[in-house]
Amino acid sequence: MAELITLTINNLQVSVPKGTKVLDAARQAGIFIPTFCHDPELTRFGACRMCIVEIPGMRNLPASCVTEATEGMVVHTDSPAVIEARQTILELMLANHPMDCLTCGKNGDCSLQDYAYMYGVKTDFFQGEKHNFPLEDDNPFIVRDMNKCILCGKCVRACAEIQGNNIVEFAYRGFDAKVTPAMDMPLSGSECVFCGNCVAVCPVGALQEKVLRTTVRTWEVKKVKTTCPYCGTGCNFELNVKDNKVVGITSCDGDVNGRALCVKGRFGYGFIHHPERLTSPLIKKDGQLVEASWEEAIDLVAQKLSDAKKQFGPDALAVLSSARCTNEENYLMQKLTRAVFGTNNIDHCARL
Amino acid sequence: MTNSIEEIAKADFILAIGTNTTESHPIISLQVKKARRNGSTLVVADPRRTAIAELADVHMQLKSGSDIALLNGMAHVIISEELWDKDFVANRTEDFEALKDTVARYTPEYAAEITGIPAQTIKEVARGYAQAPSATILYTMGITQHICGTHNVFAVANLAMLCGQIGKPSSGVNPLRGQNNVQGACDMGALPNVYTGYQAVTVEDHRVKFAKAWNVSELPAQPGLTVGDMLEGASNGSVKAMYIMGENPVLSDPDANHVVHALQKLDFLVVQDIFLTETAALADVVLPAASFAEKEGTFSNTERRVQRVRKAIDPVGDSKADWQIICNVATAMNYPMRYASPAEIFDEVASVTPSYAGISYARLDKEGIQWPCPNEEHPGTTYLHKDKFVRGLGKFNPVEYIPPAEQPDREYPLLLSTGRRHFHYHTGTMTQRTGALEVHYGTEYLEINPDDACAINISDGDMVRLTSRRGQVEVKVKLTDVVPQGLVFTSFHFPAVAINKLTNPVRDPISKIPELKVCSVKLEKA
Repeated sequence: MAELITLTINNLQVSVPKGTKVLDAARQAGIFIPTFCHDPELTRFGACRMCIVEIPGMRNLPASCVTEATEGMVVHTDSPAVIEARQTILELMLANHPMDCLTCGKNGDCSLQDYAYMYGVKTDFFQGEKHNFPLEDDNPFIVRDMNKCILCGKCVRACAEIQGNNIVEFAYRGFDAKVTPAMDMPLSGSECVFCGNCVAVCPVGALQEKVLRTTVRTWEVKKVKTTCPYCGTGCNFELNVKDNKVVGITSCDGDVNGRALCVKGRFGYGFIHHPERLTSPLIKKDGQLVEASWEEAIDLVAQKLSDAKKQFGPDALAVLSSARCTNEENYLMQKLTRAVFGTNNIDHCARL
Repeated sequence: MTNSIEEIAKADFILAIGTNTTESHPIISLQVKKARRNGSTLVVADPRRTAIAELADVHMQLKSGSDIALLNGMAHVIISEELWDKDFVANRTEDFEALKDTVARYTPEYAAEITGIPAQTIKEVARGYAQAPSATILYTMGITQHICGTHNVFAVANLAMLCGQIGKPSSGVNPLRGQNNVQGACDMGALPNVYTGYQAVTVEDHRVKFAKAWNVSELPAQPGLTVGDMLEGASNGSVKAMYIMGENPVLSDPDANHVVHALQKLDFLVVQDIFLTETAALADVVLPAASFAEKEGTFSNTERRVQRVRKAIDPVGDSKADWQIICNVATAMNYPMRYASPAEIFDEVASVTPSYAGISYARLDKEGIQWPCPNEEHPGTTYLHKDKFVRGLGKFNPVEYIPPAEQPDREYPLLLSTGRRHFHYHTGTMTQRTGALEVHYGTEYLEINPDDACAINISDGDMVRLTSRRGQVEVKVKLTDVVPQGLVFTSFHFPAVAINKLTNPVRDPISKIPELKVCSVKLEKA
């Protein structure tokens, strides 16, 4: 057991293992502190300053995400000085932010919007220059709008620390600072593999899923946690559903993958509603597959398989089950093959 | 996998052999990268300089199909330098002497001759693997899709047992399975020789148990046909009718022209799928199935984790979930099969499958569970073979190197290998219809080494005709040193480049896996 230390946060006594940061100690005690750049999976950055707190005896308002809790420490998370500082930080951010919440795809799922509301910060307090970067939407997966970027650096760290690819970094200085692939190329001109793990951590509208965010408002979707249908890794994600349609995929906390997904998992769902989906049974008549009723199709299958079994014996039947289907379906398929057809001729593409 | 995916990140030494992990298993590759960032040693053995090979400390660019020579060579070094785990070998294994005898011949110099990897590199990698506190071996089809695929796996297992690098965290033999539920399909007995949980059909007790559970008087005792044998049976007339669910052998199986011919000879073919695949187009009846988003169920992943699949939308059009269709077919054949839901089917699975016995939907709703999970209190198993192997002692199965069935010759001077691309999946049935993946990566190409291209006077982007003894395709070339001289590579994702028209259907005699990783080809400007 690590040594425990006790500190006081908003008059509440909190005991945490030595080495715990103030932010984590507060969250453990159920006390809310806003953050932009902090993420439990990523290295601590201490950049956005939203998580500042007041600790008597300290010279400034320290960022709680990088300040270690110590024995006997006293912390105020929402003192007037803290609130005022957070308001100023938000005002500075909004001074250079496109105020297009009305049509932004992240409306309703944006930390900047949430905190501005929470701290009563409105636009136009500081008047000044605004970025006018072109919108980057030349790939089919991700839209980058660097005008909305708050430089929290989560995408930079997600790319380096989750995906391990180091595609994007900070470039330029001061007001001109922005996140970009090497040589200020678009993602499509870089080695980016479009996993979208940067999109999953972006707290604002700077990085958005191209189709999802232009199809539905964030609050319109029902999210259903499920397991990816592609490779054998077994990533979990959430299907975003509106009007009985899958409109997108977002990360959840998967058992295997956490929030990480690959390009197929995150952006490869379009086949579900593809117009070529089979929607009716088909029966070959005069060399052409023509639509038929379920009853007709099932009866024909049952009759033909029964006939073949009767005439040539059970082993004249063979079944290919599927590594794409569920356990339950594979179980039933081998039950059908063995108990009903009477043969062990069942296999699937495990070897391919 | 004998271990869990997250254990990879904590392995001190990773040997990735025949796996293009970054492209085929991107999320598992994140664990490899994490290990690398934390200072682990990564060794990649692959004929191609893949993205993961670029990340490696050592890339052993071995000749296609020479894996056994490499692995035996490593075992030779480990034995001759006394680096093997004597306690583990004494207490947990048998037939060590047989292994020692066999690998005695595989000096690093001899292995170097066969593999093309310098003897010194083989020695260093062998020492690194044997001496690491934890060492894991990752592999995929680069190991298995050879005529000696099973022996390749034996060679991998021999090495792991020799060094005691199995049965502990972050140390084991870890095949990364390529399809969402290929593990589950095997676990569920969709194989010709076993019921669920690998209970052999040849054992009478198993047959009696399943006959009782399924309420039939008896069950067939003779193991059935594998995919390849089924197609052979269809071709020679012994198989008359086939029922294919969610598979596309016309594009996925070797020697595609032969597959089409075989399926056309059937008296009756029913195909159940979500699209009219190249295989479904040959069917007498096509049954429209629901996709994964339209049904409840479970998948079992490569680390044996059973996880929920949840219904998000209603089946598209008049399609139905595969389980419902199977029930309807069974019932129409006078075997009433009715389940209220997949949960009820799962309960039946658990009741007849010891390794799944403790798993239920109620538990899975909280989190995925890794089998074996023998009872409801059992937390599941993160790594296998902790104190003993399934058969008791781990048996060394010494194996000898054999070359691939086809070798380059004057007429077919190049070797073709096939595999996957990052942006696509299997026969492309899904990934060619997403509105995104195929937009980004819409044309397939053939990787060829610039020296080979130069020798036959072709340039980057040229259309070429690639021909093997079985078939031909036309494809654009990409000049790249990802492939060494003498090797060309492409994927099987694109119907327009149906590369399995060319591949060799010759199979491993034990597992019946085809040698998709090596066949000889020639190439000319189209």
